[in-house]
Amino acid sequence: MIKFSKQQLKIPQMSKPVYLVTGGMSKFDRAIPEKRTEELVIDAFLEAAEFIKKSPEELKEYIHSCYYGHFADHFGDQLLGEAVIHDRLGLDPLGNVGIKTGGATGGSTIWEAYKAVASGYSDTALAMGWERMDEVPTDEGNHYIASAADKDWETPMGHIYTGYYAVMAQKYWQVFGKEEESFRRTLAEIAVKNKGYARMNPHAQSPMKITVEDVLNSPIVADPLRALDCCLMSVGASCVILADEKTAYELTDNPLLLYTSAGSHTLRVADRRDMDIPLLPNESPDQYKDLGVRFPGGDRYPGFTGFLAARMAAYYAYGMAGIVDPTEDLDLVELHDAFTISDIQSYEDIGIRPYGEGRTYVESGDCYHTNPFTGQPGKLPANLSGGLIGCMHAVGATGIMQVIEVAQHIWGRWSEMHADEAKWKRFNRVKPDDWTDLQVKGAKRGLAISHAGVGSHVTATVLVHPDHQLKGRG
Amino acid sequence: MTTQNRGTVKVENGRYRVTGNFHYAYPNDPIRDESGKLLGITNPADMTHIHAYGGEAPFFENLSNAKLLGTKCANPKCETYGSIYIPYRIHCPDCLMRNEEVDLTELARKGASVHTFMITERTGAFNTLEKPIRFVNVEFEGVSTILMGYLSIGEPEIGMKVVPIFQTKNPTFTIMDLSWVPAGTSVEDLPEGFAF
Repeated sequence: MIKFSKQQLKIPQMSKPVYLVTGGMSKFDRAIPEKRTEELVIDAFLEAAEFIKKSPEELKEYIHSCYYGHFADHFGDQLLGEAVIHDRLGLDPLGNVGIKTGGATGGSTIWEAYKAVASGYSDTALAMGWERMDEVPTDEGNHYIASAADKDWETPMGHIYTGYYAVMAQKYWQVFGKEEESFRRTLAEIAVKNKGYARMNPHAQSPMKITVEDVLNSPIVADPLRALDCCLMSVGASCVILADEKTAYELTDNPLLLYTSAGSHTLRVADRRDMDIPLLPNESPDQYKDLGVRFPGGDRYPGFTGFLAARMAAYYAYGMAGIVDPTEDLDLVELHDAFTISDIQSYEDIGIRPYGEGRTYVESGDCYHTNPFTGQPGKLPANLSGGLIGCMHAVGATGIMQVIEVAQHIWGRWSEMHADEAKWKRFNRVKPDDWTDLQVKGAKRGLAISHAGVGSHVTATVLVHPDHQLKGRG
Repeated sequence: MTTQNRGTVKVENGRYRVTGNFHYAYPNDPIRDESGKLLGITNPADMTHIHAYGGEAPFFENLSNAKLLGTKCANPKCETYGSIYIPYRIHCPDCLMRNEEVDLTELARKGASVHTFMITERTGAFNTLEKPIRFVNVEFEGVSTILMGYLSIGEPEIGMKVVPIFQTKNPTFTIMDLSWVPAGTSVEDLPEGFAF
């Protein structure tokens, strides 16, 4: 579709509010040969139970239906792997379903659990995601990932997904980045930031203290993307428990309101027809009239530079939560930084910056925990977990990890979950001497974006502290 | 271990008739750490799939005839009536009526240009393209979509005029039978097996 009906633009109206009760994660790494997937899943579940001081048995008593995010059956070579995990968690005979939407699988898993609770089907639901990308070598892994592009029209070309993404990067780089050295450095700064934040996260796979020069000197993947601009391939699991209001307050005294929405766009970028830009609440109808003048070649929307799926997910989620301006109304975000350049594209799709101006979110220092130019708290810190570049991309677990990370800030428990020496030791990792507390002080509301493919599926999950709800929510 | 007698398929009376081997079984091996402790096993798998092109078959068949086929919405009641699609879409994405086939070969020869591109040395398993590979996303005048392909000659640039070439000798009947070269390339320079 390139035009939307009133019915399609309806802001979702849930039957009852849904709360995030708790969440937990395993260690994330490139390979975890010593553990089966079920062990990682149980690690995540135990952390979630312990977080609200419940035993696993106590928490399980509340669960009524289960949603399992696991994208690539190919990797583990086990169809119906969800049934294996469900059994090992001892949750039979409860209803369960597997969810697969590529890189957005984690977010989509929460979307399904959310609707189950909002509809009244379940008072409490489990959303659990995992991936293990260590069961084939990298070349074969790239082939499998490329199989998530169109098998007849795209996959035979190189069997390399990064390539299908890189054509978008090249277009954005030339049109909106104007091939400027300063823009290339801004991209590199995102990698420096996210790898750096990963150093404070015991779960994170790729903590690195690096400079812009290190990124610019890393091997070229597909110009302008270099190795350090790209996300990780990972193994690990993460889960959240969602509940209705009554049950949530039985389980914890501090649940968070949760809203999840979803958008989509064609699997092949090839099929994306030119259309008008759907507007977010902080944008005006005439705002983009001269976009093609300011950025020659930038007048085709979404073309190869925008993600309509992200824009639609944000449109629904902002309406549901009452968000008008994400930079003003939110205190932190976790974005799907598959590549530094797609991270910038996302700032525009979800309205943190207008189309064409994504780079200023980084260049202003707004995206940092502490603004490097002012020394003051960043206006809207992004990816304090380290994101997909620094923390992990264990596909089915990614979108869930992001939600947990945002929630821990709103709960004011980020430091507790990241400083714990015992956890660093358990994961066989060394806590850096300059470990820094990244807790966003006074965080009340946050957003996590889960994103698939070259923008085929995107979910937006907004978390709100119940004492700080926005007016005008749907 | 033999991989001879690879599986082939025919359709007779609307059914697949298969002959030959569609899988080859290899023995597995243990995976151990430095101390010799067992951590897992390898699981070899070599299997051939059967895949139906269905309504897209004319597109893949005609590449070997040096023809680039697209489709067009032929439903006058559709809001996007007349929209032209390449990749070939069997049905209109709006009205879902069956699209009409259109021959885009001449249009592609005269009015195709590079919308965006990328160059990479990296590929995945089963890649058959020479490295570095150069993807070009090709736009055509009057067509609503932008087709992905690979450039066989020269260095890509946004806005560059390109023309299609087709693997007419020993075609694979896949999208790899279609490639692109800069407009003005001479026939002697084309890769083996390809023609304009």
